[in-house]
Amino acid sequence: MNKAKAMKRLGAGSQRRPRKTWQLRLYVAGQTAKSLTAFSNLKKICESHLRGRYRIEVIDLVAHPQLSKGDQILAIPTLVRKLPEPVRKIIGDLSDTERVLVGLNLRAAPPPSPQ
Amino acid sequence: MKNSGPQAIHPTSRLPKCPTGIQGLDEITDGGLPRGRPTLVCGGAGCGKTLFAAEFIVRGATQFGEAGVFMCFEETDAELKANVASLGFDLAGLVRRKKILLEHVYIERSEIHETGEYDLEGLFVRLNHAIDSIGAKRVVLDTLEALFAGLPNEAILRAELRRLFRWLKKKGVTAVITAERGREHLTRHGLEEYVSDCVILLDHRVNDQIATRHLRVVKYRGALHSTNEFPFLIGEEGISLLPITSLGLNHKVSSQRISTGIPRLDAMLGGRGFFRGSSILLTGTPGTGKTITASCFAQAAARRGERVLFFSFEESPNQIIRNMHSIGLRLEPFVKSGLLRFHAARPSLYGLEMHLATMFKEIAVFQPQVVILDPITSLMAAGTDFETKGMVTRLVDYLKGGQVTSLFTSLTHGGHALQQSEIAMSSLMDSWLLLQDLEGNGERNRVLYVIKARGMAHSNQVREFLISNQGIELVDAYIGPSGVLTGASRAAQAAREKAEMLANQQEAARRKRELERKRTALEQQIAGLRSEYENEEIELRRLDKQVSAQTLMLSAEQTELGRLRQADVTVTTGKQGKPKPKK
Repeated sequence: MNKAKAMKRLGAGSQRRPRKTWQLRLYVAGQTAKSLTAFSNLKKICESHLRGRYRIEVIDLVAHPQLSKGDQILAIPTLVRKLPEPVRKIIGDLSDTERVLVGLNLRAAPPPSPQ
Repeated sequence: MKNSGPQAIHPTSRLPKCPTGIQGLDEITDGGLPRGRPTLVCGGAGCGKTLFAAEFIVRGATQFGEAGVFMCFEETDAELKANVASLGFDLAGLVRRKKILLEHVYIERSEIHETGEYDLEGLFVRLNHAIDSIGAKRVVLDTLEALFAGLPNEAILRAELRRLFRWLKKKGVTAVITAERGREHLTRHGLEEYVSDCVILLDHRVNDQIATRHLRVVKYRGALHSTNEFPFLIGEEGISLLPITSLGLNHKVSSQRISTGIPRLDAMLGGRGFFRGSSILLTGTPGTGKTITASCFAQAAARRGERVLFFSFEESPNQIIRNMHSIGLRLEPFVKSGLLRFHAARPSLYGLEMHLATMFKEIAVFQPQVVILDPITSLMAAGTDFETKGMVTRLVDYLKGGQVTSLFTSLTHGGHALQQSEIAMSSLMDSWLLLQDLEGNGERNRVLYVIKARGMAHSNQVREFLISNQGIELVDAYIGPSGVLTGASRAAQAAREKAEMLANQQEAARRKRELERKRTALEQQIAGLRSEYENEEIELRRLDKQVSAQTLMLSAEQTELGRLRQADVTVTTGKQGKPKPKK
């Protein structure tokens, strides 16, 4: 619990964080419109917030269905933040940038907070 | 009531069925669940949904050679394995042999952030992969509703669920989807809207502190099914449903007769006892000898070499054996030789269904020819009258189906209500014996009536029922102007009659003696007369002689006289005269 809280604080001040590569995994199922949108949205967000310290791994479940079990994927598309821990899951085509940032813990606080 | 094999699918039914292997369910659904379609199983917490689903999958794999995927949203694989292991299902082994695939879908809302459009393709992919990897024909989704808790967007979820069910149908798998029961709808989230082929409702009700599970097929599109609510239970071998109406009235009947163990009672039953395979009800107030009569019957059956199963709900086996010993019934040797088996259980130990299932199991294992249930009324405490009747019906049906003779004792309370309370049950029974107490003259005496005995000319007489050290004895009760007399009054009456008879005999003897005396007197008289007569005759003869002698003398004298008078006439009168002159 303490660890999680600590992480949260660290995450909030991610600018001060030592440079560490983010591992992101995007699950898709075939080249659907939603998947493509999600990928381009993710790319955009990463470029603007995590430039140079992120890695995106796209997993197509149609090609590798056995991989869905590991991360308990139900919804498509799902973005999983493998690193830094804790693991977080964001579902949807990532079109709501604000929510993605909150979900990835790149934004200071959940909606109530103005900044 | 055995598990039917794959061939049990009804040949004429248009809808292909997928047998579940769940005891009784295939009977009421006429073959099983609709093949290739989803079935919704809904019910409250703890009513056996997951177990139902697990049994469907396990039996599919073990009995029907159909692999299955069990997708659980609530329990982990390990938990599920442990849970069903308690029912004798070797899920782990089946998983190892790739007969069953367990998929634990874990969904945690707090970990999920929603950002725009999505669908549940991931679930489809997983399910598809699972189905294809073992060639599954059966799928369980337990409980899909967990998705409602895990995913915030209900609109998307509903659209996806609709798609999922269509997809399952297209995939051609027989699916069981479990769902929590809702307040107003069958399910909390209205899943019945999507699954329209077959809906099964499970229920767990508590009646008078005793819980009974019920199953009802709410809907079964395109097939005949029983719409009744059926009690079911979860036993050591999974779910067993014991349909009341599944058996028609088409038992084989036997005309063989078997002795009751009481010769006089056999005589009352047309001289030869009960029919084999019939059901016998023995009612009586407390202490009228029901258990003894039942034990007599048991002993007689065991002596014939038949197997007897004795269900006792009041006394322990040892107690029965000891008590019967005191009246000369030796049950112990039969217990030792394995012909007689006791099964004792407290009625309140568990619900009626459990009792019934336990009995069925015992019967199936022991294969008895005679079953005794002592007393059936104890079980009434475990359920309502209606339920008990249902249970007895099913038990009787089951036993008759197997040509097992069954004897049920029933405890009644005094008064006239005693017969009324049995009306419901008695109609199921072929023979009905009534044991009663007659009170009078400061004592109670047991009497026995044969109230009914189908198919035989039974006695309409009341018999007094005596329990002695030598067992049971039936004696004729005294029936006379002063009513039915039993016990001491019967004995008194008999003594009175005996005395009367003695008096009569004495009187007759006296008269006989008198007559004899009279006759003797007459005879003496006759003898006297006769001797008198003889005397007279002697006298007469003497007189006769005298007269002839005198005549001779007279003629001799005359001859002499003539000679003297020189008569030359030859005397011709008698030769007597001649020798004399010659002398």
